[in-house]
Amino acid sequence: MATKSKIQNPKSKIKYTLPQLMVAAAAREVVDNEVVFVGMRLPLLGFLLAKSTHAPNAIGVYELGIIRDTVAPEPILTMGDLPNLSRAQWLADTADLMGLLQQGIVDVSFIGGAQVDRFGNLNTSYIGSLDKIETRLPGSGGACDLASLAKRHIIIMTHQKRRFVPKVDYITSAGYGDGAGWRERVGLPRGGPSTVITTLGILKFDPDTKEMVLASTHPGVTVQQVLDNTGWPLRVAPEVNETPLPTEAELAMLQKFDPEGFWTGA
Amino acid sequence: MPDSKLLSLSEAIARFVPDGSSVALGTAQETLIPFAAGNELIRRRKRNLTLIGPISDILFDQIIGGGCVRKIQAAWVGNVITGSSYNFRNAVEQGQIEMEDHSNLMLSMALRAGAMGVPFMPARTALGSDLFKTNAGLKTISCPFTGDTLTAIAAINPDVTIIHVQRSDEYGNAHCWGNLGITREACLASRCVIITAEEIVSPDVISSDPNRVVTPGFRISAVAQAPWGAHPSPVPGYYNRDHQAFIDYRESSKTPEVFAKWQTRWVDSVQSSDDYLNLLGKERTTKLSLKNHVLSEVVDYGY
Repeated sequence: MATKSKIQNPKSKIKYTLPQLMVAAAAREVVDNEVVFVGMRLPLLGFLLAKSTHAPNAIGVYELGIIRDTVAPEPILTMGDLPNLSRAQWLADTADLMGLLQQGIVDVSFIGGAQVDRFGNLNTSYIGSLDKIETRLPGSGGACDLASLAKRHIIIMTHQKRRFVPKVDYITSAGYGDGAGWRERVGLPRGGPSTVITTLGILKFDPDTKEMVLASTHPGVTVQQVLDNTGWPLRVAPEVNETPLPTEAELAMLQKFDPEGFWTGA
Repeated sequence: MPDSKLLSLSEAIARFVPDGSSVALGTAQETLIPFAAGNELIRRRKRNLTLIGPISDILFDQIIGGGCVRKIQAAWVGNVITGSSYNFRNAVEQGQIEMEDHSNLMLSMALRAGAMGVPFMPARTALGSDLFKTNAGLKTISCPFTGDTLTAIAAINPDVTIIHVQRSDEYGNAHCWGNLGITREACLASRCVIITAEEIVSPDVISSDPNRVVTPGFRISAVAQAPWGAHPSPVPGYYNRDHQAFIDYRESSKTPEVFAKWQTRWVDSVQSSDDYLNLLGKERTTKLSLKNHVLSEVVDYGY
């Protein structure tokens, strides 16, 4: 990858923000020609970035009823901004797109979370117990569906001990439940989280145990820092890389898509 | 010709949304959100409503803040570009409203079951999740053909669905374009449908393009003209999303005191769409208007 030379070059003077690094990492998870179920916030930009760089033939599916095979003609802050509807490939019903998802036609989706556990189960609904709710969060939206039905999904979230917990208070969007074989047992047809992109690093899942494993740390972050901010004894890959920096070209694109830095500002 | 269904927004809400109704709103998700109608529910001090919607953006938070709500059946309630919304959060945390948790697919299927006249729809979503604990309308079943475990999603038939559209005739035949979200199934499943429209047009305009009609006019209860009736959400062909209004609202529901101020300014002191437009100001509406028009080709329905 072109980006690797940048990281290995200590003279690299590329200036970037943490959200830009995370969006670039999210974009790299998309493979050309894939059907991508695009979520709100950072994933919105991740898809645009992927589409403008290495995945020009990716198809974007937006749950409110939009399919796009081109980048919106102007910057958007939400998926319902009118430029995102202009010359779309299809404007339709949510059920149509959820049907494509349920059939197994969506390759990858992106989900944000408030709380995640070692098997990638996500909570965006209730903190505390249902008898004594500490915090009510906005809820599933389409996240439960994406986590249940996409071929794989990518989680993007802030890495803090109170968010990375041994067991989530409530499963809004299923990961691997209590480990290998769980998804099959409960009847989910496919899928599961493949990657977690956090404010500190990138995590993958052990193919056998389905447990989260630290794969890379962002520049300037140590493995110990990640461990300190994770609420269970996190497994670490034998070789932890540094997360690739966003390239000049990626940053220029992001500047175009988010000119005021609403999502990717410092 | 049938009787005209044209009413003022105030009359439409008074007549077709009695206290205690279940009301589906915000069915197109982030576009065409019927904010003017939502404000009218607050202004008329409606009580004990059940709100049904996929993601409501800030609409549900406002109606909750207005004290109108007993129960929510929704997939997501918040502020799309800023995150949580506080009237909703506080009401659920303090046990003031009952919450039934859905996903977007579930809510669509619940309404589709209602629209199809069957008690439930099967799906493959949510298996293994805790949504089963906070939604009594979910059960697992075994497929009678394959034996697969499926999620059965109980039908929902709202008392009323309120939608905002671009244009309607006075009989309730309405054109709606853009992303539709769960609008079609919500209208079909509802006992009653209220349309708010940017423009009221002649029946010939609507019948020239029946594919664009969102739901059959004979099932509509009332039509009300509401220019800028979806502001601050966008209306394809009319105006863009007012991001600043959503950003400003983040601070407006943090405490009951600041929300009361918001309600006085944006709801209770407004009696008509003219009042609302005056409050918004010409500069703001000009900024939100379309700058690039993309007109579709005419289609021929001739014979």
